[in-house]
Amino acid sequence: MKKGKLKYLFCCFFIFTLLFCHLVLSCSEDKEDTYSKIIRTKKLLVGTDATYPPFESKDGKTGELVGFDIDLMNAVCKKLEVKVEYIIVPFDGIISGLKNHKYDAVISAFTITPERENQIDFSQAYYNAGQSIAVREDENQINSQKDLIGKRIGVQLGTTGEILAKKIDGAEIISYDNIGAAFIDLDNKKLDAIINDKPTSERIIAFKGKAKLVGQTLTSENYGIAVREGEMRFLEAINHALTTLQTSGEVDSLKRKWFSAKTH
Amino acid sequence: MLDIINWLFLQIKILFNILKFLGPAIPMTIKITILSFALSLFLGLFVGIARISKRRFFSFLSKIYVDLIRGVPLLVQIFFIYFGLGKILNLDRFLAGVLAVGICYSAYLAEIFRAGIQAIPRGQFEAALSLGMTPYQTLRHIILPQSFRIVIPPVANEFIASLKDSSLVSIIGLRELTRAGREYYSTYFVDFHTWLLVGLIYLVMTLSLSRVVSWTEKKFKVHGYGVM
Repeated sequence: MKKGKLKYLFCCFFIFTLLFCHLVLSCSEDKEDTYSKIIRTKKLLVGTDATYPPFESKDGKTGELVGFDIDLMNAVCKKLEVKVEYIIVPFDGIISGLKNHKYDAVISAFTITPERENQIDFSQAYYNAGQSIAVREDENQINSQKDLIGKRIGVQLGTTGEILAKKIDGAEIISYDNIGAAFIDLDNKKLDAIINDKPTSERIIAFKGKAKLVGQTLTSENYGIAVREGEMRFLEAINHALTTLQTSGEVDSLKRKWFSAKTH
Repeated sequence: MLDIINWLFLQIKILFNILKFLGPAIPMTIKITILSFALSLFLGLFVGIARISKRRFFSFLSKIYVDLIRGVPLLVQIFFIYFGLGKILNLDRFLAGVLAVGICYSAYLAEIFRAGIQAIPRGQFEAALSLGMTPYQTLRHIILPQSFRIVIPPVANEFIASLKDSSLVSIIGLRELTRAGREYYSTYFVDFHTWLLVGLIYLVMTLSLSRVVSWTEKKFKVHGYGVM
Protein backbone atom coordinates (compact mmCIF):
# COMPACT_ATOMS: atom_id res chain seq x y z
CA MET A 1 0.00 0.00 0.00
CA LYS A 2 2.73 2.41 1.00
CA LYS A 3 4.71 1.52 -2.07
CA GLY A 4 1.73 2.46 -4.28
CA LYS A 5 1.44 5.91 -2.73
CA LEU A 6 5.15 6.51 -3.19
CA LYS A 7 4.73 5.78 -6.86
CA TYR A 8 2.07 8.50 -7.26
CA LEU A 9 4.22 10.94 -5.33
CA PHE A 10 7.10 10.15 -7.62
CA CYS A 11 4.88 10.74 -10.68
CA CYS A 12 3.79 14.15 -9.40
CA PHE A 13 7.38 15.04 -8.62
CA PHE A 14 8.41 14.01 -12.11
CA ILE A 15 5.70 16.13 -13.76
CA PHE A 16 6.63 19.24 -11.82
CA THR A 17 10.31 18.70 -12.54
CA LEU A 18 9.42 18.63 -16.24
CA LEU A 19 7.41 21.85 -15.88
CA PHE A 20 10.28 23.48 -14.00
CA CYS A 21 12.80 22.47 -16.66
CA HIS A 22 10.47 23.95 -19.28
CA LEU A 23 10.30 27.19 -17.31
CA VAL A 24 14.07 27.44 -16.94
CA LEU A 25 14.81 26.53 -20.54
CA SER A 26 12.18 28.83 -22.05
CA CYS A 27 13.51 31.79 -20.06
CA SER A 28 16.98 31.64 -21.59
CA GLU A 29 17.77 34.92 -23.34
CA ASP A 30 18.59 35.16 -27.01
CA LYS A 31 22.07 36.34 -27.86
CA GLU A 32 20.98 38.57 -30.75
CA ASP A 33 17.67 40.02 -31.82
CA THR A 34 15.92 38.78 -34.94
CA TYR A 35 16.73 41.87 -36.97
CA SER A 36 20.50 41.48 -36.50
CA LYS A 37 20.17 37.78 -37.25
CA ILE A 38 18.35 38.17 -40.57
CA ILE A 39 20.68 40.96 -41.69
CA ARG A 40 23.68 38.78 -40.82
CA THR A 41 22.35 35.61 -42.48
CA LYS A 42 20.51 37.47 -45.29
CA LYS A 43 17.65 35.04 -44.83
CA LEU A 44 14.21 35.32 -43.28
CA LEU A 45 12.17 32.24 -42.33
CA VAL A 46 8.44 32.87 -42.65
CA GLY A 47 5.71 30.56 -41.35
CA THR A 48 2.48 30.21 -43.34
CA ASP A 49 -0.46 27.82 -43.65
CA ALA A 50 -0.67 27.25 -47.38
CA THR A 51 -4.31 26.12 -47.53
CA TYR A 52 -5.91 29.52 -47.72
CA PRO A 53 -6.42 30.93 -51.21
CA PRO A 54 -6.13 33.65 -52.39
CA PHE A 55 -3.78 34.63 -49.56
CA GLU A 56 -1.52 31.60 -49.56
CA SER A 57 -1.91 28.26 -51.28
CA LYS A 58 -0.03 25.74 -53.36
CA ASP A 59 -0.60 26.23 -57.06
CA GLY A 60 -2.41 23.17 -58.38
CA LYS A 61 -0.25 22.84 -61.48
CA THR A 62 3.23 23.93 -60.46
CA GLY A 63 3.05 23.10 -56.73
CA GLU A 64 4.55 26.49 -55.95
CA LEU A 65 3.49 28.69 -53.08
CA VAL A 66 1.32 31.53 -54.43
CA GLY A 67 -1.01 34.19 -53.12
CA PHE A 68 -1.45 37.79 -52.03
CA ASP A 69 0.40 37.26 -48.74
CA ILE A 70 3.27 35.52 -50.50
CA ASP A 71 3.69 38.30 -53.07
CA LEU A 72 3.48 40.90 -50.31
CA MET A 73 6.04 39.14 -48.12
CA ASN A 74 8.38 38.73 -51.10
CA ALA A 75 8.11 42.49 -51.71
CA VAL A 76 8.74 43.26 -48.02
CA CYS A 77 11.81 41.02 -48.00
CA LYS A 78 13.09 42.69 -51.15
CA LYS A 79 12.88 46.02 -49.31
CA LEU A 80 14.69 44.47 -46.31
CA GLU A 81 17.25 43.02 -48.74
CA VAL A 82 16.98 39.50 -47.40
CA LYS A 83 16.07 36.20 -49.01
CA VAL A 84 12.78 34.71 -47.91
CA GLU A 85 12.14 31.06 -47.17
CA TYR A 86 8.65 29.79 -46.36
CA ILE A 87 7.88 27.10 -43.84
CA ILE A 88 4.46 25.54 -44.17
CA VAL A 89 2.72 24.85 -40.86
CA PRO A 90 -0.81 24.05 -39.69
CA PHE A 91 -2.61 27.22 -38.67
CA ASP A 92 -3.43 26.15 -35.11
CA GLY A 93 0.27 25.71 -34.31
CA ILE A 94 1.45 28.86 -36.00
CA ILE A 95 1.94 30.98 -32.85
CA SER A 96 3.67 28.14 -31.04
CA GLY A 97 6.15 27.71 -33.88
CA LEU A 98 6.91 31.43 -33.97
CA LYS A 99 7.52 31.55 -30.22
CA ASN A 100 9.72 28.46 -30.42
CA HIS A 101 11.95 30.03 -33.09
CA LYS A 102 10.95 27.66 -35.89
CA TYR A 103 10.62 30.77 -38.05
CA ASP A 104 10.98 34.50 -37.44
CA ALA A 105 7.80 35.93 -38.93
CA VAL A 106 4.28 34.81 -39.85
CA ILE A 107 2.16 35.89 -42.79
CA SER A 108 -0.98 33.79 -43.03
CA ALA A 109 -4.11 35.94 -43.34
CA PHE A 110 -3.48 36.49 -39.65
CA THR A 111 -6.07 38.69 -37.94
CA ILE A 112 -4.77 41.09 -35.31
CA THR A 113 -6.64 40.32 -32.04
CA PRO A 114 -5.93 41.41 -28.45
CA GLU A 115 -5.56 37.77 -27.34
CA ARG A 116 -2.94 37.08 -29.96
CA GLU A 117 -1.19 40.37 -29.17
CA ASN A 118 -0.56 39.05 -25.67
CA GLN A 119 1.54 36.32 -27.22
CA ILE A 120 3.18 37.94 -30.25
CA ASP A 121 3.54 41.34 -31.91
CA PHE A 122 1.83 42.44 -35.10
CA SER A 123 2.91 44.82 -37.81
CA GLN A 124 0.57 47.51 -39.07
CA ALA A 125 -2.49 46.17 -40.86
CA TYR A 126 -2.04 45.40 -44.54
CA TYR A 127 -5.48 44.04 -45.40
CA ASN A 128 -9.01 44.37 -44.10
CA ALA A 129 -11.40 41.45 -44.28
CA GLY A 130 -14.33 40.04 -42.34
CA GLN A 131 -16.11 36.81 -41.52
CA SER A 132 -18.77 35.52 -43.87
CA ILE A 133 -21.38 32.78 -43.79
CA ALA A 134 -21.29 30.15 -46.53
CA VAL A 135 -24.15 27.70 -47.10
CA ARG A 136 -25.15 25.16 -49.75
CA GLU A 137 -26.60 26.59 -52.93
CA ASP A 138 -30.07 25.10 -52.29
CA GLU A 139 -30.20 26.38 -48.71
CA ASN A 140 -32.70 29.16 -48.06
CA GLN A 141 -33.35 28.94 -44.32
CA ILE A 142 -30.07 30.60 -43.32
CA ASN A 143 -29.79 34.24 -44.27
CA SER A 144 -27.93 35.86 -41.38
CA GLN A 145 -26.07 35.16 -38.15
CA LYS A 146 -29.38 34.86 -36.24
CA ASP A 147 -30.39 31.83 -38.31
CA LEU A 148 -27.30 29.93 -37.21
CA ILE A 149 -28.62 29.16 -33.71
CA GLY A 150 -28.56 25.41 -33.13
CA LYS A 151 -26.98 24.66 -36.51
CA ARG A 152 -23.85 22.68 -37.40
CA ILE A 153 -21.15 25.19 -38.25
CA GLY A 154 -17.79 24.37 -39.80
CA VAL A 155 -14.73 26.50 -39.02
CA GLN A 156 -10.98 26.24 -39.26
CA LEU A 157 -9.17 25.39 -36.04
CA GLY A 158 -7.63 28.39 -34.29
CA THR A 159 -9.18 31.05 -36.52
CA THR A 160 -11.20 34.12 -35.64
CA GLY A 161 -14.07 32.37 -37.40
CA GLU A 162 -13.93 29.65 -34.75
CA ILE A 163 -13.98 32.23 -31.95
CA LEU A 164 -17.02 33.92 -33.51
CA ALA A 165 -18.85 30.63 -34.08
CA LYS A 166 -18.37 29.56 -30.45
CA LYS A 167 -20.42 32.58 -29.37
CA ILE A 168 -23.50 31.35 -31.25
CA ASP A 169 -26.10 29.72 -28.98
CA GLY A 170 -26.58 25.98 -29.22
CA ALA A 171 -24.56 25.66 -32.39
CA GLU A 172 -22.46 22.55 -32.93
CA ILE A 173 -18.99 23.74 -33.93
CA ILE A 174 -16.84 21.40 -35.98
CA SER A 175 -13.29 22.61 -36.43
CA TYR A 176 -11.20 21.45 -39.38
CA ASP A 177 -7.48 21.47 -40.00
CA ASN A 178 -8.07 23.40 -43.20
CA ILE A 179 -11.13 25.17 -44.50
CA GLY A 180 -11.22 23.19 -47.77
CA ALA A 181 -12.26 20.09 -45.83
CA ALA A 182 -15.17 22.03 -44.31
CA PHE A 183 -16.43 22.90 -47.80
CA ILE A 184 -16.34 19.20 -48.76
CA ASP A 185 -18.40 18.40 -45.65
CA LEU A 186 -20.83 21.23 -46.42
CA ASP A 187 -21.34 19.74 -49.85
CA ASN A 188 -21.88 16.28 -48.28
CA LYS A 189 -24.59 17.80 -46.02
CA LYS A 190 -22.65 17.19 -42.80
CA LEU A 191 -22.62 20.92 -42.07
CA ASP A 192 -25.26 23.62 -42.36
CA ALA A 193 -22.91 26.57 -42.68
CA ILE A 194 -19.29 27.66 -42.65
CA ILE A 195 -17.96 30.76 -40.95
CA ASN A 196 -14.71 31.89 -42.49
CA ASP A 197 -12.83 34.90 -43.86
CA LYS A 198 -14.83 36.28 -46.76
CA PRO A 199 -12.07 36.52 -49.44
CA THR A 200 -11.09 32.88 -48.95
CA SER A 201 -14.66 31.56 -48.92
CA GLU A 202 -15.35 33.59 -52.06
CA ARG A 203 -12.30 32.12 -53.77
CA ILE A 204 -13.10 28.54 -52.81
CA ILE A 205 -16.69 28.94 -54.04
CA ALA A 206 -15.49 30.54 -57.29
CA PHE A 207 -13.28 27.50 -57.86
CA LYS A 208 -15.58 24.69 -56.81
CA GLY A 209 -19.08 26.15 -56.75
CA LYS A 210 -21.77 24.20 -54.84
CA ALA A 211 -22.05 26.89 -52.16
CA LYS A 212 -22.95 30.55 -51.75
CA LEU A 213 -22.32 33.38 -49.32
CA VAL A 214 -25.31 34.81 -47.44
CA GLY A 215 -25.92 37.84 -45.28
CA GLN A 216 -23.61 40.68 -44.49
CA THR A 217 -19.97 40.53 -43.53
CA LEU A 218 -20.02 39.71 -39.81
CA THR A 219 -16.86 41.41 -38.62
CA SER A 220 -14.17 43.82 -39.69
CA GLU A 221 -10.72 42.34 -39.17
CA ASN A 222 -7.22 43.50 -39.99
CA TYR A 223 -4.48 41.20 -41.13
CA GLY A 224 -0.92 41.80 -39.94
CA ILE A 225 2.51 40.24 -40.17
CA ALA A 226 3.44 38.64 -36.84
CA VAL A 227 6.81 38.53 -35.11
CA ARG A 228 7.93 37.45 -31.63
CA GLU A 229 7.33 39.84 -28.73
CA GLY A 230 9.84 42.62 -28.16
CA GLU A 231 11.44 42.57 -31.61
CA MET A 232 11.12 46.32 -32.01
CA ARG A 233 13.80 46.87 -34.67
CA PHE A 234 12.52 44.03 -36.82
CA LEU A 235 8.94 45.22 -36.50
CA GLU A 236 9.90 48.79 -37.41
CA ALA A 237 11.72 47.54 -40.51
CA ILE A 238 8.64 45.55 -41.60
CA ASN A 239 6.31 48.49 -40.94
CA HIS A 240 8.58 50.81 -42.86
CA ALA A 241 8.64 48.40 -45.82
CA LEU A 242 4.83 48.03 -45.68
CA THR A 243 4.32 51.81 -45.63
CA THR A 244 6.63 52.24 -48.61
CA LEU A 245 4.80 49.52 -50.54
CA GLN A 246 1.42 51.06 -49.67
CA THR A 247 2.36 54.61 -50.74
CA SER A 248 4.02 53.41 -53.94
CA GLY A 249 0.79 51.64 -54.90
CA GLU A 250 2.35 48.18 -55.02
CA VAL A 251 -0.07 46.83 -52.40
CA ASP A 252 -3.00 48.12 -54.45
CA SER A 253 -1.75 46.48 -57.60
CA LEU A 254 -1.31 43.20 -55.68
CA LYS A 255 -4.89 43.54 -54.44
CA ARG A 256 -6.06 44.01 -58.01
CA LYS A 257 -4.07 40.97 -59.04
CA TRP A 258 -5.53 38.65 -56.37
CA PHE A 259 -8.98 39.99 -55.50
CA SER A 260 -10.56 41.23 -58.71
CA ALA A 261 -13.50 39.01 -59.61
CA LYS A 262 -12.03 37.30 -62.63
CA THR A 263 -8.56 36.18 -61.67
CA HIS A 264 -8.20 32.59 -62.82
CA MET B 1 10.61 29.69 -1.23
CA LEU B 2 7.29 31.54 -1.41
CA ASP B 3 7.90 32.09 -5.11
CA ILE B 4 8.27 28.39 -5.68
CA ILE B 5 5.04 27.64 -3.82
CA ASN B 6 3.21 30.33 -5.80
CA TRP B 7 4.63 28.92 -8.99
CA LEU B 8 3.55 25.41 -8.01
CA PHE B 9 0.00 26.58 -7.34
CA LEU B 10 -0.09 28.42 -10.66
CA GLN B 11 1.03 25.26 -12.46
CA ILE B 12 -1.66 23.21 -10.72
CA LYS B 13 -4.24 25.83 -11.68
CA ILE B 14 -3.18 25.80 -15.33
CA LEU B 15 -3.18 21.99 -15.46
CA PHE B 16 -6.59 21.90 -13.77
CA ASN B 17 -8.05 24.38 -16.28
CA ILE B 18 -6.77 22.30 -19.16
CA LEU B 19 -8.14 19.13 -17.58
CA LYS B 20 -11.55 20.78 -17.27
CA PHE B 21 -11.44 21.60 -20.98
CA LEU B 22 -10.21 18.16 -22.02
CA GLY B 23 -12.54 16.22 -19.73
CA PRO B 24 -15.62 16.05 -21.99
CA ALA B 25 -13.49 14.73 -24.85
CA ILE B 26 -12.15 11.70 -22.97
CA PRO B 27 -15.36 9.61 -23.23
CA MET B 28 -15.26 10.14 -27.00
CA THR B 29 -11.77 8.62 -27.21
CA ILE B 30 -12.91 5.66 -25.11
CA LYS B 31 -16.08 5.23 -27.16
CA ILE B 32 -14.23 5.22 -30.46
CA THR B 33 -11.62 2.77 -29.16
CA ILE B 34 -14.06 0.28 -27.70
CA LEU B 35 -16.52 0.30 -30.60
CA SER B 36 -13.85 0.11 -33.27
CA PHE B 37 -12.03 -2.64 -31.44
CA ALA B 38 -15.21 -4.67 -31.02
CA LEU B 39 -15.69 -4.35 -34.76
CA SER B 40 -12.13 -5.40 -35.50
CA LEU B 41 -12.35 -8.41 -33.14
CA PHE B 42 -15.45 -9.58 -34.95
CA LEU B 43 -14.11 -8.95 -38.46
CA GLY B 44 -10.64 -10.19 -37.57
CA LEU B 45 -11.90 -13.52 -36.27
CA PHE B 46 -13.82 -14.20 -39.48
CA VAL B 47 -10.99 -13.15 -41.74
CA GLY B 48 -8.46 -15.07 -39.63
CA ILE B 49 -10.48 -18.30 -39.86
CA ALA B 50 -11.13 -17.77 -43.56
CA ARG B 51 -7.41 -17.33 -44.04
CA ILE B 52 -6.73 -20.98 -43.07
CA SER B 53 -9.86 -22.34 -44.72
CA LYS B 54 -9.43 -25.35 -47.01
CA ARG B 55 -11.54 -23.58 -49.62
CA ARG B 56 -9.04 -21.72 -51.77
CA PHE B 57 -11.55 -18.99 -52.57
CA PHE B 58 -11.98 -17.91 -48.93
CA SER B 59 -8.30 -18.03 -48.06
CA PHE B 60 -7.45 -16.09 -51.21
CA LEU B 61 -10.07 -13.45 -50.47
CA SER B 62 -8.96 -12.96 -46.88
CA LYS B 63 -5.32 -12.77 -47.92
CA ILE B 64 -6.17 -9.94 -50.28
CA TYR B 65 -8.17 -8.22 -47.52
CA VAL B 66 -5.26 -8.40 -45.07
CA ASP B 67 -2.68 -7.28 -47.61
CA LEU B 68 -4.82 -4.42 -48.83
CA ILE B 69 -5.76 -3.02 -45.43
CA ARG B 70 -2.38 -3.61 -43.82
CA GLY B 71 -0.56 -1.88 -46.64
CA VAL B 72 -2.41 1.43 -46.45
CA PRO B 73 -1.82 3.99 -43.67
CA LEU B 74 -4.72 4.40 -41.26
CA LEU B 75 -4.80 8.13 -41.92
CA VAL B 76 -5.36 7.50 -45.63
CA GLN B 77 -8.11 4.99 -44.82
CA ILE B 78 -9.85 7.59 -42.65
CA PHE B 79 -9.68 10.16 -45.43
CA PHE B 80 -10.90 7.61 -47.95
CA ILE B 81 -13.87 6.44 -45.92
CA TYR B 82 -14.94 9.91 -44.81
CA PHE B 83 -14.13 12.19 -47.73
CA GLY B 84 -13.47 9.74 -50.56
CA LEU B 85 -16.67 7.79 -50.07
CA GLY B 86 -18.46 10.86 -48.73
CA LYS B 87 -20.59 11.24 -51.84
CA ILE B 88 -21.63 7.57 -51.98
CA LEU B 89 -22.04 6.45 -48.38
CA ASN B 90 -22.28 9.83 -46.66
CA LEU B 91 -21.31 8.37 -43.29
CA ASP B 92 -21.55 10.37 -40.12
CA ARG B 93 -18.07 11.40 -38.89
CA PHE B 94 -18.27 9.25 -35.77
CA LEU B 95 -19.31 6.18 -37.75
CA ALA B 96 -16.64 6.83 -40.37
CA GLY B 97 -13.99 7.09 -37.66
CA VAL B 98 -15.07 3.89 -35.93
CA LEU B 99 -15.26 2.05 -39.25
CA ALA B 100 -11.83 3.20 -40.39
CA VAL B 101 -10.05 2.26 -37.16
CA GLY B 102 -12.05 -0.96 -36.86
CA ILE B 103 -11.33 -2.14 -40.39
CA CYS B 104 -7.67 -1.22 -40.17
CA TYR B 105 -7.15 -3.18 -36.95
CA SER B 106 -9.19 -6.14 -38.14
CA ALA B 107 -6.41 -6.91 -40.63
CA TYR B 108 -3.79 -7.04 -37.91
CA LEU B 109 -6.06 -9.09 -35.66
CA ALA B 110 -6.81 -11.54 -38.46
CA GLU B 111 -3.13 -12.38 -38.68
CA ILE B 112 -2.91 -12.77 -34.91
CA PHE B 113 -5.93 -15.09 -34.84
CA ARG B 114 -4.51 -17.13 -37.70
CA ALA B 115 -1.23 -17.53 -35.84
CA GLY B 116 -3.16 -18.44 -32.68
CA ILE B 117 -5.11 -21.17 -34.45
CA GLN B 118 -2.08 -22.53 -36.25
CA ALA B 119 -0.20 -22.73 -32.96
CA ILE B 120 -2.49 -25.56 -31.84
CA PRO B 121 -0.90 -28.88 -32.88
CA ARG B 122 -2.48 -30.40 -35.97
CA GLY B 123 -3.04 -33.67 -34.15
CA GLN B 124 -5.81 -32.09 -32.13
CA PHE B 125 -7.81 -31.27 -35.28
CA GLU B 126 -7.39 -34.82 -36.49
CA ALA B 127 -8.26 -36.32 -33.11
CA ALA B 128 -11.43 -34.22 -32.84
CA LEU B 129 -12.50 -35.04 -36.40
CA SER B 130 -11.89 -38.74 -35.85
CA LEU B 131 -14.13 -38.56 -32.78
CA GLY B 132 -16.90 -37.57 -35.14
CA MET B 133 -16.96 -33.82 -34.47
CA THR B 134 -17.78 -31.56 -37.38
CA PRO B 135 -15.12 -29.00 -38.41
CA TYR B 136 -17.26 -26.25 -36.83
CA GLN B 137 -17.52 -28.16 -33.53
CA THR B 138 -13.77 -28.78 -33.58
CA LEU B 139 -13.09 -25.10 -34.00
CA ARG B 140 -15.66 -24.00 -31.45
CA HIS B 141 -14.93 -26.48 -28.65
CA ILE B 142 -11.32 -27.62 -29.13
CA ILE B 143 -9.25 -25.11 -31.04
CA LEU B 144 -10.58 -21.61 -30.33
CA PRO B 145 -10.67 -21.91 -26.51
CA GLN B 146 -6.98 -22.73 -26.57
CA SER B 147 -6.09 -20.14 -29.20
CA PHE B 148 -7.93 -17.53 -27.17
CA ARG B 149 -5.39 -17.83 -24.37
CA ILE B 150 -2.46 -17.69 -26.71
CA VAL B 151 -3.61 -14.54 -28.48
CA ILE B 152 -4.41 -12.49 -25.36
CA PRO B 153 -1.03 -10.67 -25.20
CA PRO B 154 -0.78 -9.72 -28.90
CA VAL B 155 -4.47 -8.76 -29.07
CA ALA B 156 -4.07 -6.60 -25.99
CA ASN B 157 -1.10 -5.00 -27.69
CA GLU B 158 -3.29 -4.07 -30.64
CA PHE B 159 -5.99 -2.78 -28.33
CA ILE B 160 -3.56 -0.37 -26.70
CA ALA B 161 -2.23 0.64 -30.13
CA SER B 162 -5.76 1.33 -31.36
CA LEU B 163 -6.43 3.52 -28.33
CA LYS B 164 -3.49 5.66 -29.35
CA ASP B 165 -4.39 5.58 -33.03
CA SER B 166 -7.90 6.81 -32.23
CA SER B 167 -6.20 10.23 -32.09
CA LEU B 168 -5.94 10.07 -35.89
CA VAL B 169 -9.70 10.46 -36.35
CA SER B 170 -9.36 14.00 -35.01
CA ILE B 171 -8.44 14.86 -38.59
CA ILE B 172 -12.10 14.60 -39.69
CA GLY B 173 -13.23 16.98 -36.98
CA LEU B 174 -14.26 14.41 -34.39
CA ARG B 175 -13.73 16.03 -31.01
CA GLU B 176 -11.72 13.45 -29.09
CA LEU B 177 -8.81 13.97 -26.74
CA THR B 178 -6.17 15.06 -29.25
CA ARG B 179 -8.59 17.40 -31.00
CA ALA B 180 -9.59 18.98 -27.70
CA GLY B 181 -5.90 19.49 -26.94
CA ARG B 182 -5.38 21.27 -30.24
CA GLU B 183 -8.47 23.41 -29.63
CA TYR B 184 -7.21 24.40 -26.20
CA TYR B 185 -3.77 25.39 -27.26
CA SER B 186 -4.90 27.26 -30.35
CA THR B 187 -7.28 29.28 -28.15
CA TYR B 188 -5.16 29.88 -25.06
CA PHE B 189 -1.67 29.38 -26.57
CA VAL B 190 -0.49 27.13 -23.71
CA ASP B 191 1.50 24.51 -25.58
CA PHE B 192 3.78 22.71 -23.14
CA HIS B 193 1.18 22.11 -20.42
CA THR B 194 -1.52 21.07 -22.87
CA TRP B 195 0.52 18.37 -24.58
CA LEU B 196 2.03 17.21 -21.31
CA LEU B 197 -1.46 16.67 -19.95
CA VAL B 198 -2.84 15.06 -23.12
CA GLY B 199 0.11 12.66 -23.08
CA LEU B 200 -0.46 11.88 -19.41
CA ILE B 201 -4.14 11.14 -19.95
CA TYR B 202 -3.30 8.70 -22.74
CA LEU B 203 -0.66 7.17 -20.49
CA VAL B 204 -3.12 6.68 -17.64
CA MET B 205 -5.56 4.99 -20.03
CA THR B 206 -2.99 2.67 -21.59
CA LEU B 207 -1.43 1.79 -18.23
CA SER B 208 -4.79 0.87 -16.74
CA LEU B 209 -5.46 -1.23 -19.82
CA SER B 210 -2.23 -3.15 -19.44
CA ARG B 211 -3.19 -3.81 -15.80
CA VAL B 212 -6.44 -5.39 -16.96
CA VAL B 213 -4.54 -7.39 -19.56
CA SER B 214 -2.00 -8.88 -17.17
CA TRP B 215 -4.87 -9.82 -14.86
CA THR B 216 -6.68 -11.62 -17.72
CA GLU B 217 -3.48 -13.33 -18.75
CA LYS B 218 -2.97 -14.73 -15.27
CA LYS B 219 -6.58 -15.83 -15.04
CA PHE B 220 -6.54 -17.77 -18.31
CA LYS B 221 -3.01 -19.08 -18.08
CA VAL B 222 -2.46 -22.45 -19.84
CA HIS B 223 0.41 -24.67 -18.90
CA GLY B 224 2.45 -25.63 -21.88
CA TYR B 225 1.56 -22.59 -23.99
CA GLY B 226 2.55 -18.96 -23.97
CA VAL B 227 4.16 -17.10 -21.12
CA MET B 228 4.36 -19.00 -17.87
